[in-house]
Amino acid sequence: MTTSSPTYSSVKVGDILPSVQAQVCRADLVRYAGASGDFNPIHWNPRHATAVGLPDVIAHGMLSMGMASRVLTAWLGDPGAIVEFGVRFTNPVVVPDDEQGATVTFGGSVAAKLDDQQVRLTLTATCGEAKILGAAKAIVRLPA
Amino acid sequence: MPTVNPNLAGRVYPASQPYLVGREKIREFAHALGETSPLCLQVEAARAAGYPDVVAPATFPTVLTLRIVQQVISDPDSGLDWDRVVHGEEKYAYHQPICAGDELQVITTVESVRVVAGNALVTLRGQICTTDGQPRVSATSMLVVRAPQEVTA
Repeated sequence: MTTSSPTYSSVKVGDILPSVQAQVCRADLVRYAGASGDFNPIHWNPRHATAVGLPDVIAHGMLSMGMASRVLTAWLGDPGAIVEFGVRFTNPVVVPDDEQGATVTFGGSVAAKLDDQQVRLTLTATCGEAKILGAAKAIVRLPA
Repeated sequence: MPTVNPNLAGRVYPASQPYLVGREKIREFAHALGETSPLCLQVEAARAAGYPDVVAPATFPTVLTLRIVQQVISDPDSGLDWDRVVHGEEKYAYHQPICAGDELQVITTVESVRVVAGNALVTLRGQICTTDGQPRVSATSMLVVRAPQEVTA
């Protein structure tokens, strides 16, 4: 949780948002499948995943996008302050069947100050060397 | 069998069945993301911030739009093959935050169908409104339908 929420007047282009690191295990994929309703077997069944040419079970792209949104809420304090949020799914997160799973790191920075107390943020998401989200950005509205 | 019916572009799917957003569903979804914002989890915190009830995480609309995507894909006339569909992009524009107690509907339009390097790119736009017509979120999903002859590297 943030102790001091950002304000439009105080933020500067280039400001770095606190990053979020997430461990994604098979159980997290099953939990997200239930919560979202996305039961595509490539996200929980290794036999199915390898049959369609994947190296192993992969995380839901929308789970990665949802975890990326934690960078926004942790910084803003208010999920209702998000005006726009978009990502491209560039690389899958392969989730091995072990206790550690995959480690995904999410970050963000202030890309531009817009009118109407809004700022544009650039977001990043990496798993090892791989960029799992591309063109990830958000527009948020800040208090004055 | 074609990868996609090119005449799909412009098609509008009628409003979905009303979806009542539950407080526990928002909490369940937030927990699945590891989201710890009190506004997503605690009614008192959400009300203190001016919301009627807990606030849905930013990607919660997927709970509604996923059903529509499946509806479009299962439309026999779409020519789409679920096994070849990969999620390419997702974008949301928020009008008002979704909160527990909202009763929502989605009207889905096939915005465009393009073929790039043998893959079909299908862009769907879902307008999510309350059943009394207040806009909440516009969701744009780009699906990549891989060419049938593609061999995985």
